[in-house]
Amino acid sequence: MPNVQKETEADLIPIFIMGKRYLVPESLTIMKAIEYAGYQFIRGCGCRGGICGACSTVYRKAGDYKIYSGLACQTVVEPNMYLTQIPFFPALRREYDYETMEPVAESIYQLYPELFRCVACNACTKICPMDVQVLDYISALKRGDLEAATRISFDCIQCGLCASRCMGELPQYHIAQLARRLHGGKLAPRAEHLRQVVESIAAGKFADVMEELKALPVDELRKLYTERELEPAMSDEQWRPSNNAGL
Amino acid sequence: MPYPPKLKELIKVVESTRAERVDRKKRGEEVPFLSLDERKEMLDHHPDFKEEGRRPLKIGPSKGYAIAHEMADLLEARSRVDPDDIDLSNPDIDTDVLVIGGGGAGTSAAILAEENGARVTMVTKLRHGDANTMMAEGGIQAASKGEKDSPYYHYLDVMGGGHFTNIPELVEALVTYAPDAIHWLEKLGCNFSKHPDGRLHTIHGGGTSRKRMHYAADITGAEIMRTIRDEARNHRNIEVIEFLPAVELILNEHGQCAGAVLYNLETQEYMIARAKAVIMATGGSGRLHIQGFMTTNHYGATFDGIVMGYRAGVEVSFLHTVQYHPTGIVFPEQAEGILITEKFRGSGANLVNIEGKQFVNEREPRDVEAASIIKECTVKGLGVPTPTGKVGIWLDSPMIDMLSGEGTVRKEFPGKYILYKRFGIDISKEPMLIYPTLHYQNGGLAFRASSATSLPGLFLAGEVSGGVHGANRLMGNSLLDIVVFGRIAGKAATAYINDSAKEGDLTLDHVRRFNKEADEAGIPSDRVSPMLLPDYTPPKIKERQLTTHYVGTVR
Ligand SMILES: Cc1cc2nc3c(=O)[nH]c(=O)nc-3n(C[C@H](O)[C@H](O)[C@H](O)COP(=O)(O)OP(=O)(O)OC[C@H]3O[C@@H](n4cnc5c(N)ncnc54)[C@H](O)[C@@H]3O)c2cc1C
Ligand code: FES
Repeated sequence: MPNVQKETEADLIPIFIMGKRYLVPESLTIMKAIEYAGYQFIRGCGCRGGICGACSTVYRKAGDYKIYSGLACQTVVEPNMYLTQIPFFPALRREYDYETMEPVAESIYQLYPELFRCVACNACTKICPMDVQVLDYISALKRGDLEAATRISFDCIQCGLCASRCMGELPQYHIAQLARRLHGGKLAPRAEHLRQVVESIAAGKFADVMEELKALPVDELRKLYTERELEPAMSDEQWRPSNNAGL
Repeated sequence: MPYPPKLKELIKVVESTRAERVDRKKRGEEVPFLSLDERKEMLDHHPDFKEEGRRPLKIGPSKGYAIAHEMADLLEARSRVDPDDIDLSNPDIDTDVLVIGGGGAGTSAAILAEENGARVTMVTKLRHGDANTMMAEGGIQAASKGEKDSPYYHYLDVMGGGHFTNIPELVEALVTYAPDAIHWLEKLGCNFSKHPDGRLHTIHGGGTSRKRMHYAADITGAEIMRTIRDEARNHRNIEVIEFLPAVELILNEHGQCAGAVLYNLETQEYMIARAKAVIMATGGSGRLHIQGFMTTNHYGATFDGIVMGYRAGVEVSFLHTVQYHPTGIVFPEQAEGILITEKFRGSGANLVNIEGKQFVNEREPRDVEAASIIKECTVKGLGVPTPTGKVGIWLDSPMIDMLSGEGTVRKEFPGKYILYKRFGIDISKEPMLIYPTLHYQNGGLAFRASSATSLPGLFLAGEVSGGVHGANRLMGNSLLDIVVFGRIAGKAATAYINDSAKEGDLTLDHVRRFNKEADEAGIPSDRVSPMLLPDYTPPKIKERQLTTHYVGTVR
């Protein structure tokens, strides 16, 4: 393979972007290396911070048959890595009516019967760039444990690599999303204190106080601000302010 | 890459003072907060106050207002397209509400608009959810605990944080609708961190008087974004089109906002969307790299919405202040700019200099905190030099395990723990090296508490707007802002369609007028905006792109 760039600079290492060789500084992330090579991203780049799932990348190392994965924005290049990004995967997401859906495993089974096509091969977990135990949450769902599925899938960034490797063609990340929502909004105990506050505000409890505050000249506001009581850093749920004005 | 030997040596200094600092923390002894006057003095070291960093705008509705050069360059620039080349008579998309931007603000707005009866089209530059919202870690504020907190205290904190410059009616809306915003998210299935009885976990953030920061582990924004994105996808009358940024607003003959010119990033076609109302939710501008600072922001944070709105006659406000997050990673270089959430400090980690000494309270407002770090490094010379020639300050994360038990760092900050682990650094045992990083656009287009702007038919939500946070935003109030004002905008846009929107011929005359103003002011004609994508192509490569045509930064 002929050189695309001249090998003049020190500390440059070869990487193969979709099979084509480029020399890039060894300290760069895959994302910065692709830019260094001369690409301008449209797809395959989002948050640049390891959380949006736009930049999932699969690669191989020289002479090694194994397929590795990583986020381009988080993974540092290695000499002779062969890489490609998979910025999109066409997994099926099913529409549903969240409001009326029962928070039980059967709701999920009805929407995603392919869940049971899982053969527990673990390819999903192996490819996950976030080290999410994908198979474990799929197994939890087969058992009907939405809480465990929520917990295990929590770091999922929905990049779709799991689905791309799945023998049973499951859209794992869509299924996990559904499980988390059913858990968060319908299974986990709701915050009673929140509901009370929402009600009292809706009933207009603070309307007058707000009008007064808005009308205050800056120096008076500043005084209230400076004198406001601060909850201590190490307080617990039992802490109460010494003065109830403003509550 | 792990800490090299030189830094390992310096870490020993931090370790030597750690036990004592932990004891002090346990006793509740803190570095005193600065008084309001001292804060003011400290802010002289903030990049906002560098006179050479900004200049007055030469044209447009806020002519004369001095803002960062990088922003002024874009606001004064010409349109990407010649209005004469565009045929407005045959729109490609015809909708009720056009939402521009698929972050948290745009998505909340789309859901509410649809629930109120509108057909919604959301166009977004990257993928739906590739947005600053996804990146928020720390939390979202709301006075949800009535026995110790209320909108009253939240209001005071927001105003104090913004140096009392915030627009009162906007703050009132923010704090009053805050609990309902959390309630909405909870109902939609967001997994906020909770006690077993359902009581929400809340902690302090910089500038809060009560612990009212709610969170979902350390991926609060992602949990919110993926939940509401999932909800939006269930709504039949919301159509989302990705990689189709807006580049110009379209008005109608009655002077109402009535659509946008769109650009397909992949096929490079321009398209026309006609709408009865438009909600602008394009977010922030970290990718302008003001004064050369690194940034925490996503790839598409390029100021586009402000450019479009400004050209259509909407004033800008509070853009003279930009938020630098006090704690961005400076080492290892691969992670440069990435944010280390304030929650680390909220959970007890000290900021210490090269001598292992504390120099500022960890819970000052962000601008004060950032200015203190810059001062410590530049004026006092007590920063820690990195192998790549930068300086930083230690954020002493191992304290958290000592204060709250072994394993806390790992459990409460899984995202950052893994990130550093990949570089061979265990942040529950070794501190992090940080420096301020460009984080949040405090200002934006001017708007009212109803989310309406001076341009009928144009509504705003989120980071693109200005005034809610005044001159400085507190952590946790922006996620709140996008949900509160996103929901308001969705409702307001539908109400406007029913009450005031009129049919009429479409026009881009405002763009022609703006281009003419730029000609007359002698603005160089090769400057175009909105920017759409930043350009990180090395100069060496550009020299060889002999037949490549760049329009602004985009090929
Ligand atoms: C790393 C990080 C951590 C943060 N942590 C917190 C926190 O803990 N608490 C808190 O309250 N706030 C936090 N913030 C701030 C907060 O996340 C953002 O201010 C907020 O989410 C912005 O939401 P938005 O919807 O206005 O913009 P975004 O979420 O950025 O969405 C904007 C959308 O508009 C799209 N867009 C841009 N230009 C165009 C165009 N021309 N046409 C069409 N679409 C376009 C973008 O692609 C994107 O989808 C954090 C921000 C960052 C970057
Ligand atoms: S760009 Fe978002 S995860 Fe890499």
